[in-house]
Amino acid sequence: MRNTFQGYRRENGRVGVRNHVIILPVDDLSNAACEAVAHNIKGAMAIPHPYGRLQFGADLDLHFRTLIGTGANPNVAAVVVIGIEEQWTTKVVDAIKSTGKPVAGFGIELHGDHDTIMRASKAAREFLQRASEQQRVQCDLSELWVSTKCGESDTTSGCGSNPTVGNAFDKLYAAGCTLVFGETTELTGGEAIVAARCRDDAVRADFMRVFDRYQAVIDRHKTSDLTDSQPTKGNIAGGLTTIEEKALGNIQKIGKKCIVDGVIDKAEVPTGPGLWFMDSSSAAAEMVTLCAAAGFVVHFFPTGQGNVIGNPILPVIKICANPRTVRTMHEHIDVDTAGLLQREMTMNDAGDKLIEMMFRTVNGRLTAAEALGHREFVLTRLYESA
Amino acid sequence: MIHCVLHDPNDSVAVVVVEGVTAGMTLTGLVLDDDRTLTFPCAQDIPLGHKIALKDMAVGDTVIKYGVDIGKVVAPIARGQHAHVHNIKTKRW
Repeated sequence: MRNTFQGYRRENGRVGVRNHVIILPVDDLSNAACEAVAHNIKGAMAIPHPYGRLQFGADLDLHFRTLIGTGANPNVAAVVVIGIEEQWTTKVVDAIKSTGKPVAGFGIELHGDHDTIMRASKAAREFLQRASEQQRVQCDLSELWVSTKCGESDTTSGCGSNPTVGNAFDKLYAAGCTLVFGETTELTGGEAIVAARCRDDAVRADFMRVFDRYQAVIDRHKTSDLTDSQPTKGNIAGGLTTIEEKALGNIQKIGKKCIVDGVIDKAEVPTGPGLWFMDSSSAAAEMVTLCAAAGFVVHFFPTGQGNVIGNPILPVIKICANPRTVRTMHEHIDVDTAGLLQREMTMNDAGDKLIEMMFRTVNGRLTAAEALGHREFVLTRLYESA
Repeated sequence: MIHCVLHDPNDSVAVVVVEGVTAGMTLTGLVLDDDRTLTFPCAQDIPLGHKIALKDMAVGDTVIKYGVDIGKVVAPIARGQHAHVHNIKTKRW
């Protein structure tokens, strides 16, 4: 396996594979100004979202951590932050600034949209032109951070696309990459297998603590056996019957050799290489958004029935082994491993095929989701507003 | 042609991986973990991605896939029949 790729080295030493200038709203009220700036400055990208007002406690902490992590992600060259008022805007700006990258913040109050859009557009233009001169440089494979989460899974996910990711993860783990998986609820029925793969008793205890906490949330709020939600209607149409079956397919993504080295909270940045478990939602766009906020720069997304997800700053590589999905939704699939189910391809071949597409993608090839304009940015909310 | 796959030789269900599997066919199944094939009869039409029972199962029996427990039988299932939400349920939640 080759061991270098061409990336963008950022001020803090981290390596990105994209060179975005983003216009980041602190809150829902600032989406319009951000979209106007992105309209003015061709090549800058607004990332609108529905939250940021009257949140508090751990929910507010997660909101800030996600926005700051998104701006700090090495796939982002520079950031313009716009909020309805100055104080929370400055909080986001200062935290992103600590990475050393160019960032400017604008509060709308006392200025209005017109003046804010004009001033923010000037900053965005400068940032974009500066970013356009940044060159890719040779980086070591061990500097690559790769996340995974599957979606619209069916039974072919468990026997084809998910173990393809697992095979690739085993190889990337050995190469010293930083890796993450999550989807706490979708380990239900397979939690003992993940626990057995944890590095030591402390990591195992951490993992079981977050798993049990999430189970308690479901037990407290559920009104049925969840067969309308987990598995989803799409999963059931694809042949998945129970959450246990779905979970056992899901955990094929961590391969056969990787060790779970640590547990992180939502959007929390890992402190070293290895495989991390992120306590997270199993909803695709939420989880991928959290991975981007945690600093991951490329994503492996296996699907069965055909999820179409993308992310504004993270290239999402889709892998599929369902021959019907590959035929009917080919424009969404980056890596076809349907040959696995006809014994036309070995799992080792499939893992190598994914890694080859990973290298092409991190070196600059646009994923299907990027070409199709999929930019799903979905913040995880923990509870009601204050 | 491989019609369906098993993850583990002890699985009580297999996954249909091609379109057009109908009642009366003899199916070829691939055991993924040890790369060998076996054949068995199909008693019902089964869509791509859905499961076929490899043995008779009674209400309360545990269904085995990946070599482990994926739920319980809630309506009798005969060998070769379609195994899904109408006859299998989660043991969790």
